[in-house]
Amino acid sequence: MNPELRELYQQVIIDHGKRPRNFCKLDAADRVMDGYNPLCGDKLTLYLKIDAGIIKDVTFQGSGCAISMASASLMSEHLKGKTVEEAENIFNSFHALVTEDNAKAKDQQLGKLTILAGVKEFPVRVKCATLAWHTLVGALAGKQEPVSTE
Amino acid sequence: MVNYDIDKIRADFPVLQQQVHGHPLVYLDNAATTQKPQTVIDTLVAYYSQDNANVHRGVHALSERATANYEAARAKVQQFIHAKDPSEIVFVRGASEAINLVANSYGQAHIRAGDEIIITHMEHHSNIVPWQLLCERTGANLKIAPINDAAEVDLDAYTQLFSANTKLVACAHISNALGTINPIKTMIQIAHDHNVPVLIDGAQAAPHTHIDVQALDCDFYALSAHKMYGPTGIGALYAKAELLDAMPPYQGGGEMITQVTFAKTTYNKIPFKFEAGTPNIAGAIGFGAAIDYLNRIGLTNIAAHEHELLNYATNAVNRIPGLKIIGTAKDKIGVLSFTLEEAHPHDIGTVLDRQGIAIRAGHHCAMPVMERFNVPATARASFGLYNTFAEIDKLVAALEDVRSLFA
Ligand SMILES: Cc1ncc(COP(=O)(O)O)c(C=O)c1O
Repeated sequence: MNPELRELYQQVIIDHGKRPRNFCKLDAADRVMDGYNPLCGDKLTLYLKIDAGIIKDVTFQGSGCAISMASASLMSEHLKGKTVEEAENIFNSFHALVTEDNAKAKDQQLGKLTILAGVKEFPVRVKCATLAWHTLVGALAGKQEPVSTE
Repeated sequence: MVNYDIDKIRADFPVLQQQVHGHPLVYLDNAATTQKPQTVIDTLVAYYSQDNANVHRGVHALSERATANYEAARAKVQQFIHAKDPSEIVFVRGASEAINLVANSYGQAHIRAGDEIIITHMEHHSNIVPWQLLCERTGANLKIAPINDAAEVDLDAYTQLFSANTKLVACAHISNALGTINPIKTMIQIAHDHNVPVLIDGAQAAPHTHIDVQALDCDFYALSAHKMYGPTGIGALYAKAELLDAMPPYQGGGEMITQVTFAKTTYNKIPFKFEAGTPNIAGAIGFGAAIDYLNRIGLTNIAAHEHELLNYATNAVNRIPGLKIIGTAKDKIGVLSFTLEEAHPHDIGTVLDRQGIAIRAGHHCAMPVMERFNVPATARASFGLYNTFAEIDKLVAALEDVRSLFA
């Protein structure tokens, strides 16, 4: 099979896509945000519990392709315990990782998220990989309207 | 099949001669749009390099040629769908504009608060939203004819939707998301028994099946050239002359008038009343060339070839564990909409694309169909006159790769 496909669909991504972590409603959430990709119908609801500027808990529910589910799952694991400011920085680095050539893939703060670097070779799939992240940014900005990738 | 020379046909389509991601292109997204044969491309080039002029208004040679070619294209459309008269063919941008034209013009004249418009559960958004807009403007209501698990219209339920308030039926001839060929002759008969006119959305039908609007006795029929191996941005609305005559104009502008003063404007005769402004002249002439091409291959031959492809593909994919076909009507065209356990349609689309295989993944502009079958999306392979059995073998092999990746 095509090496770029192998790179995109690594075992970790397939695994997180099939069995997303933190995949539940969060009753204690103080921010709830919907994200929607009208092009492909991917949908998710993001739940955040933030305490004194620190993200205490992140969960999500929804449906979508392996890339969008895995990305949301990995994001939820990664953000727990980070400050809001750190989360915003991580978003920027992550966005660069999946869209820019020569992005600092070694960017320390990305950790396991670098596994999604293969998305860069699939421009039409970038929106799948960033749906959860755009939803996060909307939630952190206190937006009311659901986030749409279009 | 005798006299269906697939190699020769494929050689007519320059786009098919390319590699995608290092593999020969396997184009299975024909329900979205079809590729164009060289004759259509040549016709566009010839028009712009020899005849380009505005139509119906010049006294010079080029305008005469452009007008003659444009009107000849109208006659080709008329003959292709067996309309009585060329004046019943209005050139529009495509099926969507044709339906919007009827919803606006006919709708404005005939639809009132409390009236009812019947559509089916399998319509393309283009045959839903214009009616919703009309309902919002007028206070009319939309009624939905249900479909069964095989994706066939429930004719009893359809019949029962009619009431004294029913004013229009709008129905796809063939569903783009499911491939179902609707029994439109019967459906039109039922509507006419209630004195209700019928619009048929023929966007998917024209490249696959014979259309005889007089035998069907349909009142309106919508076409898109780009689904018929013709150019984008051009299509046709067929309407019975007496209906068109009585309908108010859709858009105002040049061409659609006979006389304008600030006090009063009188409108041109049909079909020109509905063709405001400079039309897509090149597109219309290219549309005519596409019809010539379809006639040359022969719709009977095309339908037979595509039917064999569908049977072959259906049998092959049914052997793939976890694969479920959405849309199993007895009467269908070469459209295979499916889900594959474990793999989301988008992921399927990406894996196939890297092997040069173009399919569509998503809701296919038919979200109510997705909701009806309880899936967020499907993957869809749709066949055209140039597809081969070998291409279906490649599709099936690639789907096996998808399974090995995701299972
Ligand atoms: C059944 C059906 N109706 C209407 C349309 C709209 O056609 P167009 O986009 O060419 O206006 C399509 C195209 O996808 C279709 O498949």
